[in-house]
Amino acid sequence: MAKTGRTLTGGQIVCESLLREGVEVVFGLPGGAILPLYGILPQYRKLQHILVRHEQGAAHAADGYARASGNVGVCFATSGPGATNLITGLATASMDSSPVVAITGQVARSAIGRDAFQETDITGATLPVTKHNFLVMHASDIARTIKEAFYIARTGRPGPVLVDIPRDVFQEPAEFVWPETVDLPGYVPPGKGDEAAVEKAAQLINSAKRPVILAGHGVTISHAFEELKTFAEKAQIPVITTLLGIGSFPGRHVLSLGMPGMHGVAWASLALDQADLIVAVGSRFDDRITGDTKKFATRSRKIHIDVDPAEINKNIHVDAPVVGNARDVLEQLIPLVNRASRPEWLAHLDALKADHPSLRIRETEKLLGQHVVKALNDITEGKALVVTGVGQHQMWAAQHYLPSESNVWFTSGGLGTMGFEVPAAMGVQVAQLDKIVWSVAGDGGFQMTMSELATIAENNLPVKFAILNNNSLGMITQWQDLFYNKGFYANAYTRNPDFVKLAEAYGIKGIRVTKQEEVNAAIRAAQKHPGPVIVDFRIEASEHVYPMIPGGMSIDELIEEKL
Amino acid sequence: MTYKPVQGSRTVIALVQDKPGVLARVAGLFRRRGFNIASLAVGHSEKRGLSRMAFIVEGDAETVGQVAKQLDKLIDVVQADDITDQDVVYREMALVRVNAQPSTRTEILQLVGIFRADIVDVGAEAMIIEATGDADKIDSMITLLKPFGVREVMRTGRVAMPRSALAKGGRDGFNVKR
Ligand SMILES: Cc1ncc(C[n+]2csc(CCOP(=O)(O)OP(=O)(O)O)c2C)c(N)n1
Repeated sequence: MAKTGRTLTGGQIVCESLLREGVEVVFGLPGGAILPLYGILPQYRKLQHILVRHEQGAAHAADGYARASGNVGVCFATSGPGATNLITGLATASMDSSPVVAITGQVARSAIGRDAFQETDITGATLPVTKHNFLVMHASDIARTIKEAFYIARTGRPGPVLVDIPRDVFQEPAEFVWPETVDLPGYVPPGKGDEAAVEKAAQLINSAKRPVILAGHGVTISHAFEELKTFAEKAQIPVITTLLGIGSFPGRHVLSLGMPGMHGVAWASLALDQADLIVAVGSRFDDRITGDTKKFATRSRKIHIDVDPAEINKNIHVDAPVVGNARDVLEQLIPLVNRASRPEWLAHLDALKADHPSLRIRETEKLLGQHVVKALNDITEGKALVVTGVGQHQMWAAQHYLPSESNVWFTSGGLGTMGFEVPAAMGVQVAQLDKIVWSVAGDGGFQMTMSELATIAENNLPVKFAILNNNSLGMITQWQDLFYNKGFYANAYTRNPDFVKLAEAYGIKGIRVTKQEEVNAAIRAAQKHPGPVIVDFRIEASEHVYPMIPGGMSIDELIEEKL
Repeated sequence: MTYKPVQGSRTVIALVQDKPGVLARVAGLFRRRGFNIASLAVGHSEKRGLSRMAFIVEGDAETVGQVAKQLDKLIDVVQADDITDQDVVYREMALVRVNAQPSTRTEILQLVGIFRADIVDVGAEAMIIEATGDADKIDSMITLLKPFGVREVMRTGRVAMPRSALAKGGRDGFNVKR
């Protein structure tokens, strides 16, 4: 233990600890229980505080920041409603394994358990949506707890950690002791894969005729971009990227097959089905990929590389599990796999692409969401950072945006949180100030969190919003059309705001696009503008996302658009 | 005798940190993953600061194995294992308050003798019987006491421990009747 001999208040210890964890920016909003901490913040100018308009925004921003920076994202909220407002953001981060540390104020120790004003049992409430949480009852425990919180958040399978601190603990004096190490006997994050398991995997790879890689978020989280590329190229294995795996492998690479599953491109789903070996790397065989697990990829053996042992055999039985960090395991695998060439298998996949033109956009005069995403892909050359909401626009973006750089794709994959698109884009932009950040938004999701436009304007964050505005909850329209006998209800808005005027109200540049011919110019104008921009793309409302494998079904039920 | 709990139920043992809220974390996990805890016993372990929990849950090896892995992921859980397929000793204790009139006492005492139970309290109209053993034994004792009028039953939940291995080549453990 490094004794510093300094007596500080709990609030100061929080700040000192955050600085030692390398924190530069915090998203938050104060309130009574956390005010003692805010009272200290001016003494710590190195901790930039971004004042949000809603705590959900703080949590999503911290999540976006974490994903884009590779560091832990931090948010602050007060007790009661402030803390409960974080929950959606923490659940989103939890489902997508994103390292976030939330610090919440709690009512004073003497008031806990008495239903005091703004008291919520937030450690109880967030149990299922955090990787771990703490209630700190003494200022002398703060430093160790924060050290542990960051360690837990960023190691192993990352996730959100909440630290709840009663108001009077922020004020309590204690000696500041920064622990050198963490002592968590119940927590041992895996590193390298077991050698025998890796060798077994290598054997399966070396004897496979029709292998595919299924690359998930684990590749991005462990920054295994180079390793994945080397591995795929050496063994000549095509790479399928899950919704969260987009950006883990270059989308324009000859071996890239794109996204499979419910709204994936047909050839990727077919390749999974026809493969004789699936090498899943940091992917958890989510139901959006497998559909009916009994009919999923029945012809293949499976290798599952995952840092979380509980993911092995959870959804899909695998032949060769390797528990470990994706990057470490890929590094171990690369020397063991044979340099291969598979002209027949790759030619077969090319033929599938030709026979199933999932990315071809139908002939129409109308402006479609697909046109917008395709144009974004072309103009940015896949180099912009793209954040999305949830719904049709998200799926179109996932299909048509082909990243040419790593870690440029940010979406709420596991929880499917509408509203992610505004605050998460803010967090991504804060982490990558000199990159172009496009938020591909739905008019529905955008309106859930658009209060953060004020924060974005205030901090002059140059986020570009492409609202794919269909005046409706497009994905709901699609489901009601296909699965609820066209019983349209609660799917369409009749009075959306004028998003261009809304932009102006926030002091943001607004552009409206109603025709295909205007798309490119609008995107270029937005990128040229130094500040934030909202482009209101008025798109066709009745359009469906295809291909589609309805929920719980298999590749046999693949629905493709008739072109 | 190697007692296996009710068909289709399995035993998970967890070594956990002795901290506030641990029980809530563990119990919450079972609920979230859709498992009903049939029996739960908790107490200090041989290690300072660590407690041991024994859960009896319904489910097949695969699903319960998944729960054990999820349990193991909790930061406060040091280790969690499904020990059902090992040779395990199970014990449970029960306190049973049963009506006892002077006319029925002898008969009750006989029953208590058969089950190697103890009388730990005697009142004018009732007595408390303490019984230890596997769950079947306690179940049968309670069934036989029913005609006298069972007023109250309090059970500890099953504790469980795999038997020690004998010397190499030998059978695992042997039975010592209490
Ligand atoms: C917070 C939240 N509420 C509800 C849903 C269910 N849902 C999924 S997609 C969708 C429609 C999204 O509409 P919009 O944001 O306009 O995107 P679009 O589908 O039109 O592209 C809804 C309501 C959700 N995913 N998240």
